Formats: sequence, structure tokens, C-alpha cells
Amino acid sequence: MIKIHDINKTFGENHVLKGISAEFRDGVCNLIIGGSGSGKTTLLKCMVGLHEPEIGSVVYDGRDFTRMKFEERIDIRKEIGMLFQGSALFDSMTVEENIMFPLNMFTEQHRKEKLERVNFCLERVNLEGKNKLLPAELSGGMKKRVGIARSIAMNPKYLFVDEPNSGLDPKTSIVIDELIQEITEEYNTTTIVVTHDMNSVMGIGENIIFLHQGEKWWEGSNKEIAHTDNKELNDFVFASKFMAAAKIKL
Amino acid sequence: MIFHSLGKYILLLKAVFRRPEKWNIYRREIFKEMDSIGVGSLGIIAIISVFLGAVTTVQTAFQLVSDLIPKSVIGSIVRDSSILELSPTISAIVLAGKVGSSVASQIGTMRVTEQIDALEIMGINSPGYLILPKIIGAVTTIPLLVIISIGLSIAGGYLAGTASGATTSQDFITGLTTDFIPFTFTVSMVKAVIFAFIITSVSAYQGFYTDGGALEVGQSSTRAVVISCIMILFADYVIAQLLL
Repeated sequence: MIKIHDINKTFGENHVLKGISAEFRDGVCNLIIGGSGSGKTTLLKCMVGLHEPEIGSVVYDGRDFTRMKFEERIDIRKEIGMLFQGSALFDSMTVEENIMFPLNMFTEQHRKEKLERVNFCLERVNLEGKNKLLPAELSGGMKKRVGIARSIAMNPKYLFVDEPNSGLDPKTSIVIDELIQEITEEYNTTTIVVTHDMNSVMGIGENIIFLHQGEKWWEGSNKEIAHTDNKELNDFVFASKFMAAAKIKL
Repeated sequence: MIFHSLGKYILLLKAVFRRPEKWNIYRREIFKEMDSIGVGSLGIIAIISVFLGAVTTVQTAFQLVSDLIPKSVIGSIVRDSSILELSPTISAIVLAGKVGSSVASQIGTMRVTEQIDALEIMGINSPGYLILPKIIGAVTTIPLLVIISIGLSIAGGYLAGTASGATTSQDFITGLTTDFIPFTFTVSMVKAVIFAFIITSVSAYQGFYTDGGALEVGQSSTRAVVISCIMILFADYVIAQLLL
């Protein structure tokens, strides 16, 4: 479980996160949703240590990450997997080298064992045999899947996913969402997904936090979201005619 | 502003020299960088060195109007100019353009495409992993390039001098072997090492703190070359003042 408490982050005069507290449960997909500029990605980056919050704490299973020094954080970071919005694959490395990279850095396994793990991860994301391709040779959806394969290479306890469906067609988006959910349930990871994709919200959002202007505005599940009377949340979730029509049916 | 940047640069260097996570991975990266920076720059350094020596010979001969000065002086001037100034400094400026822009754009692209964030998330010291191999690669290969450059520059001067009739082979070799001060070679190597450090660290700094997108990567790359060139010339003056 990850607990965040009173997270505040400013950039110059811009107060991006205003005292956000939440709990993210194990074995379920925890979603952070909100409009553009609401602070979703900033919150995610504060949680993984890419940004340092001015006030507040991020606690990983009782370990206060925010109070740790760089060296002390390494143990927790080895337990974190992250899929970035643009996949962030190392473009000078092949698919195999990308997935093997954390294993090379942090394990003493033999090459054969590492290769077995790489092939297992590739199989898990349905990309068997793509080992020798370079990121430039992959489609957007394949890059995301390689990103997921790399993020699960070290058997993470915590999986962070930033906008998994951006730039993907609806069908591929569903494949990626299902993959994230399967991995979460299979490995009992604490998964946190930042998204503004409503299909993801309705599909995998077991625990949802809605951010509005840097504040936590609402918290609940995908079953509850359709029946909330929170105006800002309704404006966000049911902004499109399609979703508004779907709400009537719900 | 300048002190803020200087502070950031020093903090980055502190992170660069933190203990590596795994030496064998760093060693592999160092060899890659040595190949990229050293072998990859050999061609351009060879071409400019030959012409630098040739031009120095022709222009020195042009200025030697008095019969009282022996033609062998041309050999001495080409030797000392190549060792002390032309080979280390001009090579460094050319390498700032070639290597510096490449380092800044490579690291800058990694920054804007979140590859550096991905390294950080994995618990890897990204400045160390990305920058240290480049610095070590440059500091070890650029002095070798400068030595090659000195040899080729003198050879270029010899060829241009004898081919144009500005000097005879005998005179040139006499000048080349007369009154040689070995310490000039030491100064040249000191310059090469310091210039190599400047090129890679300044360019890496520019790339590492790139913020934005493709446009900003280009701007970082340009800034890396400009600042590296200025720093090289400044360091050149300081070294000359201190050591000569």
C-alpha cells in the first residue's frame, strides 16, 4: 500500500498540488484522473521522486520515501516499475536490451537467466520474438507494451503508469488497459494509473481519485462515478455526448 | 544567474562522480564512448591537422623576408605552433562542434523523451551512467587525438614546405630537431585533458538540463558548442599563463 499525506508542490508562483492525501491499495488499479493541468502527472512524479514536494509525505508500506536520501531510496526504486506517457524506451537499445537493462544493473543473474526473464516478459505482453527490434521500428502500441515489459522485468511491487492510452487507437487502448489490470491482479501490485481516458476509468478504475485545480475533489470507484452529484467530476467525465448518453443508460 | 548555473554544474559533477552501480556496465559504456569520440573523430582531426601544418608553413615562409633568418626556422615554428597551440586548441574547438553538440543533443533528447526519468525511477544515478563514461572516454582519447594531430600537422607542414619550395627537406628537419623543449609537449597534453573535460562536461550539463522539446534540444546543442568554445579559449589562456 502507498499512502500520501498532505502533498504540496509549487512551481514558482504556481501552486500545482494543494494538500493531497490518499491511499492506494494493493492488487487493484488505482486511477488518478482530472483535466489537463489538474496536477495528475505532477502528483505521480512526486510519488516516485522525480519531483520533490515542499510539504507532505509518500509512504511505501511504512517506509517514508520523502525523508530518504538518494542512496536510501534505491531499495524502494528497485520495487517500482513505471510506464511513461511516451514509453521512454532507450532508443539506442533493442527491445531485448531495454528489458534486460534493469536486470543487468541490479542482479547478478547469468545471461541465460536474464534472457529467460526477458522472453517471459515479452510473452506476457504478447510480443514474442520481437527481441532484436529497435524502438524506432515499433508502433505506438508495441512501444507501450515493451514499456510494460520493461517495467515488470524486476517483479515490481508498485507499478506507476502515466497516460497509458495517449496516442493509441481505442482497440489498442483496451488491450493496454486489460494488460495493466491482469498484471496488477496476477502479481498483486499496487498500480497507480494517471489517465483522462474515460474507457480506462470505466474499465479498470477500482479506486479513483479525481483532481481538480490541484486539489483532491472526489474519491470512489468506477461504479460510483456514474451516480455522483459532484459537478466538476460530472463535467469532466460526461463532457462528451457519447458519455452523457451512456450515463442516461447507467 | 551565472552563479546559479555554476552551482548546478558543480552539483551535477558531484553526482557524476558518485560510485557507479556496476563497474562492468560502466566499463562497456566507456569503451563505447572511446570508440565514438576517439575513433569517430579521427578523420576530421587528420584532415584539419594536415591543413593546419601546411598553412602554418606557407604563411611563416611568406613572412620570412629577411635573409638573416634561416629557413630552418619554419620547421621550428611549425613544430612549436602545432604542439603548443594549433593541435590542442583547434582540435578541441573542432571537437566541441562535433562531440559537444552530439553529447548535448543525445542527453537532451533523452531528457525530453523521459529516458532520463526512466533511469532515475530504476534507481540508477543517471548523471553517472550517462556522463561519466563520456568524460572518461574523452579525457583518454582526446590527448591521443592531439598527439596524432601534432604528427600530422608537422607532416602537412613538411609536405607543403617542400612541395611549394618554401623550404628544403633538410632545412625543415633541421628546424624541427633544433632547440626542442620537451615541456611544450607536457603543456599540450595538459591542455588536451582539460579541454576534453570541458567539452564533455559542459555539453552534458547543457543536455541534462534541457527543458521542453525538439526545439530546446537544438538550442541546448548550440549553447553547448558556444560555451565549450569560450571555456576552451579561456582555459587555453589560463594554462599558458600558468605553465609557460
